[in-house]
Amino acid sequence: MTDTSEAPPVDGVPVTIDGVEILAAKGELIIDAAERNGVYIPRFCYHPRMEPVGMCRMCIAEVDTGRGPALQPTCMLECTPGMVVHTDSEVTKKAQEGVLEFLLINHPLDCPVCDKGGECPLQDQAVSHGPGESRFVEEKRHKEKPIPVSDLVLLDRERCILCDRCTRFAKDVAGDPLIHFINRGNNTEVNTFPGEPFASYFSGNTVQICPVGALTSSDYRFKARPWDLEKTESTCTTCAVGCRVSIESSRNEVLRYQGVDIDPVNWGWLCDKGRYNLAALDSESRLRDPLVKGPGGAFEVARWSDALRAAANAIQAGLDAGGPGAVAFLGGARLTNESAYAFTKLAKGVIGTDHVDCQLADGMPAEAVLGLPKATIDDVCAPGGTVLLIGPDLKEELPVLFLRLRHAVLRDGVRLVQLTSVPNGCSSLASVVLQHRPGEAHEVVRALFADIPAGRDGGGVNPQALDQARALLRSAGDPTAILGRQSIAEGAEWVLDAATALLDAAPATRFLTAVRRGNTHGALDMGMAPGLLPGRATLAEGRDWFAPRWPTVPAAAGHDAVGILQAAAAGQIHTLVLLGADPLTDFPDRQLAARALSTVPNLVAVDLYITESVQHASVVLAAAGFGEIDGTTTNLEGRVSVLNQKVTPPGTARADWEIAAELALRLGSDLQVESVDDLRAEMAELAPSWAGVTDELLFSVDAADGVVLPLPTATATEPDAADADAAAAEGQSAAEGEAGESDADTPAATGPVRPGLVSFAGGEPLDPPALDAYSLRLIATRTLYDQGTFTQLTPSLAGLAPGTVLRVHAYDHDRLGVPSGTELRVKTPIGSVRAVVVTDPAVLRGTAVAVFNQPDVPLNELIDATQRVTDVRIEAGDR
Amino acid sequence: MARLTPENEILAREIIGRYPRPKSALIPLLHLAQEQDGYVTDDAMAHIAELVGVTSAEVLGTCSFYEMFKLHPCGRYVINVCTNIACMLCGGDELLHHAEETLGITAGATTPDGLFTIEAVECIAACTEAPALQVNYRYRYKVDNDAFDSLVDDLRAGRLNDEIPPHGTLARVRQHIPDDKRAFIVSPEEAAAAGEPAWMHAHETPSVEGGA
Repeated sequence: MTDTSEAPPVDGVPVTIDGVEILAAKGELIIDAAERNGVYIPRFCYHPRMEPVGMCRMCIAEVDTGRGPALQPTCMLECTPGMVVHTDSEVTKKAQEGVLEFLLINHPLDCPVCDKGGECPLQDQAVSHGPGESRFVEEKRHKEKPIPVSDLVLLDRERCILCDRCTRFAKDVAGDPLIHFINRGNNTEVNTFPGEPFASYFSGNTVQICPVGALTSSDYRFKARPWDLEKTESTCTTCAVGCRVSIESSRNEVLRYQGVDIDPVNWGWLCDKGRYNLAALDSESRLRDPLVKGPGGAFEVARWSDALRAAANAIQAGLDAGGPGAVAFLGGARLTNESAYAFTKLAKGVIGTDHVDCQLADGMPAEAVLGLPKATIDDVCAPGGTVLLIGPDLKEELPVLFLRLRHAVLRDGVRLVQLTSVPNGCSSLASVVLQHRPGEAHEVVRALFADIPAGRDGGGVNPQALDQARALLRSAGDPTAILGRQSIAEGAEWVLDAATALLDAAPATRFLTAVRRGNTHGALDMGMAPGLLPGRATLAEGRDWFAPRWPTVPAAAGHDAVGILQAAAAGQIHTLVLLGADPLTDFPDRQLAARALSTVPNLVAVDLYITESVQHASVVLAAAGFGEIDGTTTNLEGRVSVLNQKVTPPGTARADWEIAAELALRLGSDLQVESVDDLRAEMAELAPSWAGVTDELLFSVDAADGVVLPLPTATATEPDAADADAAAAEGQSAAEGEAGESDADTPAATGPVRPGLVSFAGGEPLDPPALDAYSLRLIATRTLYDQGTFTQLTPSLAGLAPGTVLRVHAYDHDRLGVPSGTELRVKTPIGSVRAVVVTDPAVLRGTAVAVFNQPDVPLNELIDATQRVTDVRIEAGDR
Repeated sequence: MARLTPENEILAREIIGRYPRPKSALIPLLHLAQEQDGYVTDDAMAHIAELVGVTSAEVLGTCSFYEMFKLHPCGRYVINVCTNIACMLCGGDELLHHAEETLGITAGATTPDGLFTIEAVECIAACTEAPALQVNYRYRYKVDNDAFDSLVDDLRAGRLNDEIPPHGTLARVRQHIPDDKRAFIVSPEEAAAAGEPAWMHAHETPSVEGGA
């Protein structure tokens, strides 16, 4: 297309749609340009997040490109200058009615019993754009009513209109082309290969995008009619990606989650774990009332006043026995920001202990999460960028981030360099995979940017791969890094070491910290880690700021999760409060956790369920869960978004922050908060990283996608219209509005200044201890479905935990002298488990790979949390 | 039922080597599988999926699109009787009816002894010689009832074994392209980077420099 006439006056493509001249963006499809200007063209196959295919022909319209009007599918045609489109001409209408009549030929009229009825594009558009009547009098095609294509998704083939949305999603978006068009012509159907179900982590999205009722969720099937559903937007807190969801309920029962499309995060997609684990909240096992352990050692339902008194007494007993340092709080990464703040204020501001850790030694150090120069998901996925992936398998731990990264690599030219000890679900996306020995990522990072010093080998990576990666990084701009724990059999120090090495070599690197649990970032923001106070302030710097505002401030930095459990096991902690934490399952070292829980005299739990750890508690306070309370959450980018209540908590369960406030009251101190709003106001006032985050901002239309903390400072008053991304733009406008106020709040003359934000210091990386010749270094990875509480209490997901074998290199396996696939005893100095050992060419020599938290192979029996690595021995003699 | 035999797997790898992308070898490999078992088995499709790096569902999608790939066991001889217009006018339908009577099966079915499958097919491009049929895609022209009967007798007696191999075998001469005669394989990406169509590169071109 060459433009022979005068150049368009502005940057855009002038086209006429239904007689109105509009300006389309360059490359914009007609269907999009029309919709943006208020003209809806009917469609079934077109989906804005997938490549158009023009399968359904519904969006056909008369388009004149200068050669006379012709019927064209508007989802396949980019706007060109001077184009004239008629979406409501007689010809267009006749064509669209014809297409609809054709699509309805074989579509059964079982709308009254179809899940989609009431929210069905086919139903809606048959009314709005259809002929009203069918001339088809013959028998419709019949096929077996729903066949399961996976454990979660059912397929009703006779309802299918072959729009290619689900199959396109499976292939192009998820990368799991396990459903496909089978046969040809009139016999075409979507189906799986016999015996190979559509076992994708993202299968639920196909149900959501199916424009007819062909795909339905086994969980939701026949549960509700769409017009009975009440909906509210919220943010999924299953993992730390923070996908925007719509919580849909009927009669005070949550029935489903649907993905909501927001640009900076999830693009409308959800993973199946996030989409389907709602059953866990409604599970029989859910705690409905507080429990107090009776004299016989059995839990008894208690009144809240009694339970709170008992819990407060337990804390007071700890205080009396050993002062604030004898009380510790573990967990909190699943709390809302407001509840996290309330518990931090209770622990650090009322009780005065700094033994608080929201993670269970399975996450990342707060210093790295809060202090590293940060990148958003959009920064990482920016077209043409280069990304270093150091850490976990995103597909297993942060599935929707994997989808974003996959799109960036396959469609937007992002190049991925992966540093990992074992190839995983992300490796096929990587331009280069640098497979290194466990715990030596920092060596690889150094080798990427400088020559390897004599006597070292850069973590054992393949020199050719290293050269490729070096060339790639040389030709690229500043990299971004996704940084996380790839194995919880290694200490978190290695993550810090890798970050330190990367910042040394490439100081402009920005990081996306791949924490796993829902609100880990928010809990850390609120100070739920040793040495921290709310708002990313260190204890040392923030003490003067918080001392006059809180009843007290901890005297010195406390223990992290490992330290807390060690101290508890040594009898130094008298009261341990578990905030939704289950150390016996989630802490890497079960033996230490078990010693701690059996030794600590007073154990108080705030939880939704009686987990294995909670069974040791003397008091259990029933907390409200997702969708049952208002608040905010913070995703792994540091993006704060709003959580909305949709249903009431079961029984008498209460919001966590209320529990914190009640406990404080019984300990003789008033948190002075009566609502979530009060908490948020206090956070915005006191917590440095929350400065400027007012309710006006959070609940504004501009902040519908959330706001990334900290807001840019007031100096950035000139909006950079050219390339400011949505988040930055929001932040800027917010900062403009709030700057004056927050300055007025903190007059330097009248008291201690607001502390600065914690920054990443790092330290000199250490070498891992030498591996002895008889041992293999353990790599403990994760899968999406495991023995976690939410998965196990969701009937449709519980069976999907895949179990694990121990994978080793053939060289190491040969020394065992038994065939691959034999069950053997795997030992470390502290424990042993039985596991099937198999050879895998992808595994490095000297390493052994298994999945954490799976049935039958309790890896947490093997891991010593005080060691930086876990070396296992496999005993062939002891079968 | 049956994956590719070790010999056929070697052959499969050779076939895959002829293409810039393994996936392109999908259809030749399906023919290979059909040659091995007389039809394409589920296991063979799964095996092919492994060999070319796609999912089994994608192999099934491709395989089920094409009429010539049979997904269920069929006879040693598949007889396609043309019933399209030219043959119909010259007695194709009657020929099909006779075939059904003679073999005691309806079109689409296989005789109990596993020897014959009859299919009614659309135009097989032999209108000047109507009515026409194919046995394992080998033509028989101007077939009347007697000719059909003697054809069946000959097939039963094995007198046509030289001419008509069992169903699935397209040709008995297998193509082997010596390495030095093979066109240099250039992936579309490499070709695009070099700014020339892939077929421009003969085997004497050692490599495409400046690739992405």
